[in-house]
Amino acid sequence: MTDPAYNFAYLDEQTKRMIRRAILKGIAVPGYQVPFASREMPMPYGWGTGGVQVTAACLVPEDRLKVIDQGADDTTNAVSIRKFFSRTAGVATTEATTDATLIQTRHRIPETPLHAGQILVYQVPIPEPLRFLEPRETETRKMHELEEYGLMHVKLYEDIARHGQIAISYAYPVKVEGRYVMDPSPIPKFDNPKLTNSPAIQLFGAGREQRIYALPPYTQVVSLDFDDHPFTASKAPHDCDLCGSPDSYLDEVITDDQGSRMYVCSDTDFCASRRSAGHKGRLWAPAPEEAL
Amino acid sequence: MYVAVKGGERAIDNAHAWLAEERRGDPGVTEMSIDQIREQLKLAVNRVMAEGSLYDPDLAALAIKQSLGDLIEAVFLIRAYRTTLPRFGASNPVDTAAMAIDRRISATFKDLPGGQVLGPTFDYTHRLLDFKLAAEGLPPAAATAPATPGPVPHVTDFLNRDGLIETAPTDDTPPPDLTREPLELPASRALRLQAITRGDEGFILSLAYSTQRGYGRTHAFVGELRIGRVAVEMDIPELGFAVEIGEVELTECETVNQFKGSRTEPPQFTRGYGLVFGQSERKAIAMSLVDRALRWQELGEDYIGAPAQDEEFVLSHCDNIQATGFLEHIKLPHYVDFQAELQMVRHLRAEATALAEAAE
Repeated sequence: MTDPAYNFAYLDEQTKRMIRRAILKGIAVPGYQVPFASREMPMPYGWGTGGVQVTAACLVPEDRLKVIDQGADDTTNAVSIRKFFSRTAGVATTEATTDATLIQTRHRIPETPLHAGQILVYQVPIPEPLRFLEPRETETRKMHELEEYGLMHVKLYEDIARHGQIAISYAYPVKVEGRYVMDPSPIPKFDNPKLTNSPAIQLFGAGREQRIYALPPYTQVVSLDFDDHPFTASKAPHDCDLCGSPDSYLDEVITDDQGSRMYVCSDTDFCASRRSAGHKGRLWAPAPEEAL
Repeated sequence: MYVAVKGGERAIDNAHAWLAEERRGDPGVTEMSIDQIREQLKLAVNRVMAEGSLYDPDLAALAIKQSLGDLIEAVFLIRAYRTTLPRFGASNPVDTAAMAIDRRISATFKDLPGGQVLGPTFDYTHRLLDFKLAAEGLPPAAATAPATPGPVPHVTDFLNRDGLIETAPTDDTPPPDLTREPLELPASRALRLQAITRGDEGFILSLAYSTQRGYGRTHAFVGELRIGRVAVEMDIPELGFAVEIGEVELTECETVNQFKGSRTEPPQFTRGYGLVFGQSERKAIAMSLVDRALRWQELGEDYIGAPAQDEEFVLSHCDNIQATGFLEHIKLPHYVDFQAELQMVRHLRAEATALAEAAE
């Protein structure tokens, strides 16, 4: 099963130790971006190399790994990363959120609440929440040091002045334990409330930008807002057309050349579990599902 | 009825099988060997070694074959392989004055000890397509002459004797290792040079060109450009002395730059430095120009906001493996984020329409 040409989970033990140190430091200072000597991985930068390195450093042979991209287990990049670890670590894999001990994700937090003992690893493209307000790393590190987040508040205020609301729909900035402003990775803001007070360990890996940060279990995470413009999680105002769920995050799918739409859960495991428990959505029909 | 897109794994396997067919091309045409690539596409091999930061012509040739000649992809293959290799130690600094020279030119002196040696160069070839190359056959033998014995001193050493050029500061601190420590700014010159020598040739070339056109002008002359082989020696602790473990081909460029003096430095010439694996003289010259432009602070020059003066800008964007990965990742699915944006835009439009209607 495991490819003998490589060490368990691909990375050599020295590298894993270096990454684990960064993770521990990140857990000790929640929301702080720890620089780490990111390695070139056999997949491109920007395709989850940070998440993959964090996962590789955390995996033990007893783990059950789940990999999702856009909430789905069967998107090509999720398939590719899962295959990488079954080949190099030989660990068991699963699609069930509750069965997984380690979940690597891109752009979503699973709908099913996580439990103690689980690790959620996020792939992060740009770890710096202030990056698009100030392009220089030398400056933004200083701003974090001094807890100087005025620029961010001005941006949010300007959004309200211009659009009547904060016009950030994903990668919505949060404040961790009242100290560091953190980018939660490009999850939709719908997922932000799941960040706070989670029993699971949440780890964030940015390979190209060489940063790791973390939220230990039960960390307080607050989405930035104003008293008179409170944060609201939003989603498409529909139920899932397959499982009927009224409160899961939905993908919008164009179904014909007239532009008809259907809405389905982005979390494929959540949707399938509901359907097998007998829930039905507007367009659910059993035959094509069974044919797969 | 919508059927969820499944079968990602099979699609991936099939796509890779197709790619393998494309790589081979028409099976009626003879397959290329690694030896052929190494011997006949030498400059491509050199570029892959330089930007892959691994001196191994056979592996670079293999990477070029595997990547269908996409050199950035080949560099990527080499980098991903390189990072898995164990480290046995570090060599002693190579002595480029003792280089066995194939090419050595100076643009600052008509003649000088060691002579001007053109070597195998495109310079002064007329860029006319040579249709004879379409037919196979050996080229006529090139004339040979005995090699100049002994070390060839650097041009800048002659200037240095008269105090006309800044003394290159000797620094025996072990250089930082970009591949083992995260890049932190501000960077030392050693670290900058390390990043630039493995940086993308096109990016470094354009930055260097921009300094020539006035964006951080440094008035560079090619004091010397040399290409040749140097011995790589390593101290073996058990033996107590250095042993030659091989040789590498290098291109070294030293520029001599006009300098009128500043608040901290007297008027004298200053240096820019480039050193690249293999025969890569465009890269070496470009590197020395960018190196010199980045030294503005050390020499007490003004920062005029030119891209080539901006260490953070240059170092954060010169690596083509980082750049291409991040650029190309936008073809991955983003429909969760796009969906969030759709909802936002619909909401904002609905509000704007409502406002407009209320105003009517």
